[in-house]
Amino acid sequence: MNLLEIQGLAVRLDGRLVLHDVDMQVAAGEIVTIVGPNGSGKSTLLRTIIGAVRPEAGRVWLKPGLRIGYVPQKLRLERTLPLSVRRFLDLPRRVGARAAEEALAKAGAAGLGGRQIADLSGGQVQRVLLARALLNRPELLLLDEATQGLDQPAAANFYTRIEEVRRELGCAVLMVSHELHVVMAASDRVICLNGHVCCAGRPEQVADAPEYRALFGAGTGGALALYRHEHTHSHDEPGEVPE
Amino acid sequence: MSLFLTPFLIRAALAGLGVALATAPLGVFVVWRRMAYFGDAVSHGALLGVALALAVQMPLLWGVLPVTLALALAVAALAGRGVAADTGLGVLAHGALALGLVAASWIPGLRGDLMAYLFGDILAVGTGDLIALATGVVVIWAIVRWRWPALLLSTIDADLAVASGIRPARERLILMAALALVVALALKIVGALLISALLIIPAASARPWARSPERMVAVAIVLGALSALGGLALAVLADSPAAPTIVSVAVALFALSHMAGALRGGRS
Repeated sequence: MNLLEIQGLAVRLDGRLVLHDVDMQVAAGEIVTIVGPNGSGKSTLLRTIIGAVRPEAGRVWLKPGLRIGYVPQKLRLERTLPLSVRRFLDLPRRVGARAAEEALAKAGAAGLGGRQIADLSGGQVQRVLLARALLNRPELLLLDEATQGLDQPAAANFYTRIEEVRRELGCAVLMVSHELHVVMAASDRVICLNGHVCCAGRPEQVADAPEYRALFGAGTGGALALYRHEHTHSHDEPGEVPE
Repeated sequence: MSLFLTPFLIRAALAGLGVALATAPLGVFVVWRRMAYFGDAVSHGALLGVALALAVQMPLLWGVLPVTLALALAVAALAGRGVAADTGLGVLAHGALALGLVAASWIPGLRGDLMAYLFGDILAVGTGDLIALATGVVVIWAIVRWRWPALLLSTIDADLAVASGIRPARERLILMAALALVVALALKIVGALLISALLIIPAASARPWARSPERMVAVAIVLGALSALGGLALAVLADSPAAPTIVSVAVALFALSHMAGALRGGRS
């Protein structure tokens, strides 16, 4: 069952055609990752899905009543605005103490409730944003470059967290990312975006696609080789690591 | 001491408290959203409203309110179109002031009173003004209480607000309308030049003492009221103009507050 269907989407921002002829869908429970160079319209696509950007053409269909959890790229909180994590979770609707604790724990932010958001590290803020997105038990989780600014262990940690959340809630995940190899390994499907969808499919298919290679070049060869290496054998039975 | 219990001083004190109550819940948003210039643009433009009201012999508020509302909407539209906010608002703020001064010079009765509208005349506040102010305070608090969560979330992050089913553009419009109302109400009391000072300064002074948005409003009210009453008393004792004295006290409190906050190791 599809939660989200997009057809012939075009979006113009400040006169520039950022997205055109975008077709895609997300089915219940799958992890879909959007990769693409800077300025390829990845964030705009997510912002169009939540309704922050009006499409110029095309159609964005969401399953009626779909519960969406949205995690923005980062929270630009003014330091002049005093706000605790717990109070932040109460916006716009108050939530019970237990629900708040649960969401924080699931997002790996347990115990942060009393802290001021302005005092948190980047990684902590990301986890708080994830906790807030989990509050209404989303069927579709949208993550926009959620690991930007995190170091590699923190980013890997964050993605592990996402997979756990998906397992527990059974929600679909649509995320935008730069960390190609981590993301490709963790996704059911990858969509390579550059104003339009240049290729899409299972991670290994996309990695082989000439359009993808043209975009990301040889620089990612190592990461992709690593990725293929990990997946040339089955995870179910212990086997020899191929030389 | 009896000097302070004369009716006009009591009315002035009440007016000062009313302005503190009206400005605090909006002033915090002006600070959080970096809208200082917006307050300037709208309040400076209020002079145009004064000229308009006097030209057609309407009650002041009925001339000022439409003008401040129109200006607020114009500014909101401009900001929505991505005109560099800083520059656009700077042009509007000073343009509105200049135009207001020119328009005021054409109204025969206004030339002499111009100072009163630029700097307010809190000692001349009448009972009718107080009633209008009290009504305004109730309306502003009703609006802010009604929209509080939506306004807060839109201020924190517009996209998060959208994802929660809130329309940030609408919230901003509501906020701007409330600001236009505050400006119209406070014009006679503190004057066009100093209204935005009372929006920004107590709210900014409250920051080191607040760990929640609500608390920041509460502290801003207290500091605003202290500035109003302290400034008024000083103005009477030193025979200085009331509104500038009030703002001076507010600035002194701002400096003290942030110094104390820094000493305490808090954020400023």
